[in-house]
Amino acid sequence: MSHEPSAVELERRAYRRGRSVRSVVVAVVSSLVVVAAVWLFVVNTKGWAAAQRTFFDPAEAAKTFPAVLAGLWVNVYVLFFAAIGVAVFATLLAVIRTLRGPVFAPLRFLAAAYTDLFRGVPMIVLIYLVGFGIPALGVLPLIDPRILGGVALVIGYSAYVAEVLRAGIESVHPSQRLAARSLGLSYAQTLRLVVLPQGVRRVVPALVNDFVSMQKDVGLISILGVVDAISAANIAKAISFNYTSFVIAGLLFILLSLPFIQLTNHLERRALARQQQGAVV
Amino acid sequence: MSPVLRTEGVVKAFGDRVVLDGVDVTVSQHEVVVLIGASGSGKSTLLRTINLLEPIDDGRIWLAGEDVSDPRVDVDAVRGRIGVVFQQFNLFPHLSVLDNVTLAARHVHRTPKAEAEETGRRLLERVGLADFAKAYPDRLSGGQQQRVAIVRAIATNPELLLLDEITSALDPQLVGEVLDLVAELKEQGSTILMTTHEMHFAEHAADRVVFLKDGRIAEEGPPAQVLRDPQHEDTRAFLARFRDR
Ligand SMILES: Nc1ncnc2c1ncn2[C@@H]1O[C@H](COP(=O)(O)OP(=O)(O)O)[C@@H](O)[C@H]1O
Ligand SMILES: [Mg+2]
Repeated sequence: MSHEPSAVELERRAYRRGRSVRSVVVAVVSSLVVVAAVWLFVVNTKGWAAAQRTFFDPAEAAKTFPAVLAGLWVNVYVLFFAAIGVAVFATLLAVIRTLRGPVFAPLRFLAAAYTDLFRGVPMIVLIYLVGFGIPALGVLPLIDPRILGGVALVIGYSAYVAEVLRAGIESVHPSQRLAARSLGLSYAQTLRLVVLPQGVRRVVPALVNDFVSMQKDVGLISILGVVDAISAANIAKAISFNYTSFVIAGLLFILLSLPFIQLTNHLERRALARQQQGAVV
Repeated sequence: MSPVLRTEGVVKAFGDRVVLDGVDVTVSQHEVVVLIGASGSGKSTLLRTINLLEPIDDGRIWLAGEDVSDPRVDVDAVRGRIGVVFQQFNLFPHLSVLDNVTLAARHVHRTPKAEAEETGRRLLERVGLADFAKAYPDRLSGGQQQRVAIVRAIATNPELLLLDEITSALDPQLVGEVLDLVAELKEQGSTILMTTHEMHFAEHAADRVVFLKDGRIAEEGPPAQVLRDPQHEDTRAFLARFRDR
């Protein structure tokens, strides 16, 4: 059975179509005007010619691009393993902080002290401490600085992510735990099958935010002598006294983050669509 | 044969407040026992202690002859043998209707997925919700959600069903569909201990009615007796409030 739209509805649809075409045109035109204005202003500044040579030299860009890109892969795989480490360690910390009962009091206290402490330490300090401090102790055999850098990231970011996850876990209504336990699910099963899936979903935007932030900070491992994108850019700069390589590195980091930002947008839209069933209010 | 459920002198206190003061309830196989009593008389607390969601302060609870108030019992295993439906449905919003229904079968009773889902679909079909198997709970009306919650509770064939005011959160026109389902479960031989304020339903469906007053059983017996010809002063006063409506 199909519905034949009435004249009134047809008129409304035509009006809505007209409106949406108009708003696209307005958006495009106004964006172009703003970009052009900024561009004209920058190009006409006094130092533009010098700045262009130092930061946006096409020849230098072409020359340094391969080395910077090769360095970026180091960042990507350190990030990959560090992110897995953070996911595991932060979940553990968050779960410990939400355990009830006096038996767990010491554990809860330790986890709380950990998150409070490491959220306060600047990432660069952590990287120095782990990257140079651990080898200086001399108890462990020589460890690859990429591993040490990754470990420092895990230590620091787990503290942030644990707090986000804890907020998510605590936002799940107690009646959900009650219902799960009454079905015979154990404490751990209740956490894994009922509480975490709901809690994590609510904090996905915050988690991706932390991930994108971590993706930037992975560039700090260059200070340990790891030849990543930032080190590669720095080496190129040392040869040519030209900063274009850093701009290239910056652009590559932005490109790296785009898919994840898209992903959260997509996840949020999907969650919204499911919850609201239609109209966005 | 031992009754499905027997509580003996169950005491529960919250701080200084004694909420259950020596409750003896027995539910035999295929029996439907309805608990009535004023709000705050301890009905929900009694159901929660039976499901071991609330530790008791004295007395004993036997489930099919096994003392489940013994601290050495595996509480998860005991809960797996009892189905519970709450006033507020408490479906899991992140799981589809079918996943809600099969969760306990798969993770507590370790039933293979295909088998659990077949049982789940068959039960959903029986309550007229087969089309909603893949839907999420927030797409369902209150009455439909509560029917799913009942299916979730019976999906693992529990020995005992505990239903706590399962129609109190529903619009009046949705109460019927949920109570019809309970009546059908009774026909099929389920053993049920429930609380309700639907006195008509209690009169038709209950084998026995238990009136709870301030944490004690004031009167119990067949519905015709307790509801039609109450012996106890408190029972009369309680029922009078329903007659007035
Ligand atoms: N967790 C709790 N802590 C303190 N008091 C409680 C708790 N649960 C129930 N109570 C009290 O126990 C009494 C009985 O409650 P309940 O069993 O829910 O009654 P009913 O279900 O018959 O309305 C009420 O006075 C209630 O306030
Ligand atoms: Mg109650």
